[in-house]
Amino acid sequence: MSSLMRIMVNVALVIAVSLASSSTHVNASPVDTYEFKDEVTKIRFQALSKELRCPKCQNQNLADSNSPIAADLRRELYELLQQGKADSEIVDFMVNRYGEFVLYRPKVSELTYVLWFGPAILVLLGLVIVILIVRRKPAKKEELALTSEQQDKLKQLLKDK
Amino acid sequence: MMNKLIRFIPLILVLALGVVLYRGLSLNPQDMPSALVGKPMPSFSLPTLNNAERIVSAQDLTGDIVLLNVWATWCPTCKYEHPYLVDIAKKAELKLYGLNYKDERNAAQEWLTHYEDPYVFSIFDEVGTLGLDLGVYGAPETFVIDHHGIIRKRFAGAIDTRVWRTEFEPLIAQIIAERKQGE
Repeated sequence: MSSLMRIMVNVALVIAVSLASSSTHVNASPVDTYEFKDEVTKIRFQALSKELRCPKCQNQNLADSNSPIAADLRRELYELLQQGKADSEIVDFMVNRYGEFVLYRPKVSELTYVLWFGPAILVLLGLVIVILIVRRKPAKKEELALTSEQQDKLKQLLKDK
Repeated sequence: MMNKLIRFIPLILVLALGVVLYRGLSLNPQDMPSALVGKPMPSFSLPTLNNAERIVSAQDLTGDIVLLNVWATWCPTCKYEHPYLVDIAKKAELKLYGLNYKDERNAAQEWLTHYEDPYVFSIFDEVGTLGLDLGVYGAPETFVIDHHGIIRKRFAGAIDTRVWRTEFEPLIAQIIAERKQGE
């Protein structure tokens, strides 16, 4: 067997093995088993655990995170839902303990004005600048045209040639 | 003149952005303000680590200045912090209490006999209920509670000499001053 052939066989084997292992790959997102009393509660649980941020692993929400604190907070969330708490009450419960930080969509307040309105203001500013540039009047034709003196000079120059 | 200045606007904007981003490099994203600063210590009713029969509550955290240290045997940083806590516990102006957070009782008791127990007592919070009420998301964390039972500070991370001097000493001096003024 040529060395090229051998390399190709090896590559094929590696691909086959990695394909086989990826098909048995275990899903990394956490699985808790919670029983909900109705479909609405289940949907609310899913929505809230996506809306609330894990305090430890800051770029994941509660639904995504494997960290123990996220599991605790999911359990707490479940229990609060079972107690019949409203979404706003649950959000307040979390904010009272972990601060505004736990909300992926923080409440509008003096602290978050820049966050909420900054992008809109920047877009408006950009629009204003674009409009100003576009509407700036092009130079008038008369101004572009040569004056009679210049015309004479031009003729003179052309004659010399 | 005006047109020349306009040409420099992009440069100025980029420089300003650079300053903002550079500042961001030195910020610690884990450094979050606690939602509990300025609020009273949450009420609880939990056993102590050394005596499962003894149930303690917020009223048992007596002392003019209370330090509540969240620790666990599963937390390597707590081991680093421990000798400093032993020193801090000797200070007369404060009382150090422990909150043994989501731990095993036997392992935690062994830890304290092995390394020396700096705490007046440790609250045994096996499932983390008090931890949740305090907004704890890891260990170690340390809370400073003043003579009115109000949480004045929450510090996440290990305490050592430098941290103690910069983070805790000024606040403790301030609380002592407030108390002298009868506030």
